[in-house]
Amino acid sequence: MSEQARESSYRGADSRGFFGPYGGAYVPETVVPALQELEAAFAKSQTDPAFAEEYETLLRDYVGRPSPLYRADRLAEAVRLGAVYLKREDLNHTGAHKINNTIGQCLLARRMGKKRVIAETGAGQHGVATATAAALLGQECAVFMGVEDIRRQALNVYKMRLLGAEVIPVDEGTGTLADAVTAAMRHWVERVRDTFYVLGSALGPHPYPTIVREFQRVIGDEAIVQLAERGVRPDAIVACVGGGSNAIGTFYPFLLASSAEDLPLLVGAEAAGKGLDTSETGASIALGDPGVMHGFFSYLLQDERGNPLEAYSISAGLDYPGIGPEHAYLHDEGLVRYVPVTDDEALVAFEQLCRTEGIIPAIESAHALALLPQLAEELGPDAIVLLTVSGRGDKDVDVVREAGIGE
Amino acid sequence: MSSADDDRSAARRGPSRSDTPGLSRAFAHGHPALVVYLMAGYPDRGRSLEALREVAAAGADLIEVGVPYSDALADGPVIVRAANESMRANDGFGLTEAIELAAQFVADPGLDEPPPVALMTYLNPILRLGPEVIAERMRAGGVGGVIIPDMPPDVAEEWLCVARPRHLDTVFLVAPTSTPERLSKAGEMSSGFVYAVSTTGVTGERSELSDEIEALVGRVRAFTTLPVAVGFGVSTPKQAEAIAGIADGVIVGSAIVKRQHDLEEMAIFVRALADAVHSTG
Repeated sequence: MSEQARESSYRGADSRGFFGPYGGAYVPETVVPALQELEAAFAKSQTDPAFAEEYETLLRDYVGRPSPLYRADRLAEAVRLGAVYLKREDLNHTGAHKINNTIGQCLLARRMGKKRVIAETGAGQHGVATATAAALLGQECAVFMGVEDIRRQALNVYKMRLLGAEVIPVDEGTGTLADAVTAAMRHWVERVRDTFYVLGSALGPHPYPTIVREFQRVIGDEAIVQLAERGVRPDAIVACVGGGSNAIGTFYPFLLASSAEDLPLLVGAEAAGKGLDTSETGASIALGDPGVMHGFFSYLLQDERGNPLEAYSISAGLDYPGIGPEHAYLHDEGLVRYVPVTDDEALVAFEQLCRTEGIIPAIESAHALALLPQLAEELGPDAIVLLTVSGRGDKDVDVVREAGIGE
Repeated sequence: MSSADDDRSAARRGPSRSDTPGLSRAFAHGHPALVVYLMAGYPDRGRSLEALREVAAAGADLIEVGVPYSDALADGPVIVRAANESMRANDGFGLTEAIELAAQFVADPGLDEPPPVALMTYLNPILRLGPEVIAERMRAGGVGGVIIPDMPPDVAEEWLCVARPRHLDTVFLVAPTSTPERLSKAGEMSSGFVYAVSTTGVTGERSELSDEIEALVGRVRAFTTLPVAVGFGVSTPKQAEAIAGIADGVIVGSAIVKRQHDLEEMAIFVRALADAVHSTG
């Protein structure tokens, strides 16, 4: 294997937060100064060894990083691949990759002197992760959650309350993630002086997509080291994409470390819901058109008048009508392939991982798993695939049981 | 006054009876201006057209026509509910329909000196239909300008390139949190007037309210010669009067939309606001 011969030409956002045409900060003037303040504080934190040390210590001792890289042989055999390496974000404290970001942002909030944090949540994972970090750092915490998600994710609602957070029900639209984001942003407009908005995915106005990516890139950074220790080079890297934080956290370090020729095939699994030919879908790359929502420009499911559409997926973490702006850019540049995965395909993959490896994945992560058989077909039986298991599936057992899996 | 203030553009504006297009003429009456916000298509299209004529007759100096949008980041619950109701009642109502509504009002406002009309819309409907197409339709319909709450000056270039040649005013917002740099940018890039908004809405004592507004208006004036209108969640004529003592214009939104389903009640309320605002200064 030749050493990293060529330099990667990949760059992130420009100084105004644009990835090509995507991203930016399309927000009410009220929050512009807060975003500028956040950008400055984040930049300062990134060059402060004390911040890095505190963040890394918490990731190690509190979150349990590095997360294991596990070679899943029985799964590989079942899907006819040479090897499948699972990056086990499901083993983090609170059960998903979300905590990497919330600890980073809550530390940032503390540096900025904000004693109160707010967050939006869909499945409840980001809400729980924010409530956890806020409890750890002694911050007041309020989480906005759609009423439909509150119904679907009762356990996570209770967890947030146990952790001392206030859960604010959002009874607008379909009562799901996009409505929660809107409500959280609207609240932030009003309380911007004393409140820090902990955004949960690699989206929203600049600088959030970059901040979230930087706090999630630990996934890919660790994987590069772990693969190198074993002398393994993956042919493909797969992750699920809703807003896209675990995927960008996985892909970004590989994009930086590889020249175009060395880059493994990067694949993002987006939620097709009940199918691309139905209106119940969350596949914003496959079906969306560029537009502005929640403060950024990206692919967006929208009607002919420019209203964002309600997205659907069996997975509460993927039913978002947009996608992070860096993913939109990576799609246009042909650097990442985005593939829609239906509810049914995800359910099959969900059960398969349970049965072959004794791992119950988040239904979000099962969307990535569902792509393994077609990758085997494309890349051959010796191909090696790295896949990020973004979270564990305890939260999904009711939904999966309702779908008739495992009965 | 406005750069659009010439004969040629007035002639091009077609049906408008006023020969001074643009939004700034709302502030040229020798008294503070009452800026009224209405939701287009609420409670249905016909009654929202009547509402436009009613508030014009009741003394509004400028009318903001709100475009229903499903993801209104910067609006409170009253306006969000009215927007949803408008979209439901009309089986879809958006930017195209709002421009047509405004154009119909401009063509037949029901009085001799109608107030100018601005559209308040989020950015995505403009992008969806195409900035140039939209700007052209606004011009042709006699719309004087536009307020786009999720388009700060930093990302406004594409829009301004199609709006300026058509003499459409673009109003930018400033907030108590705005830094001098932001105030300067908004002041420089706005046309028509500058829109000052609150971060906290109306709370408590009138004197407190006045202090915060006075400080903000004073800061804005240091950066612009344009009129400064203030939207602080005004809900009573008394509050409107207090703000009129400080600013060039008083913007009233939710308190009017709350009454928009009842034209008579709404007209009485707007008349009371107009009396309060016009008696000041």
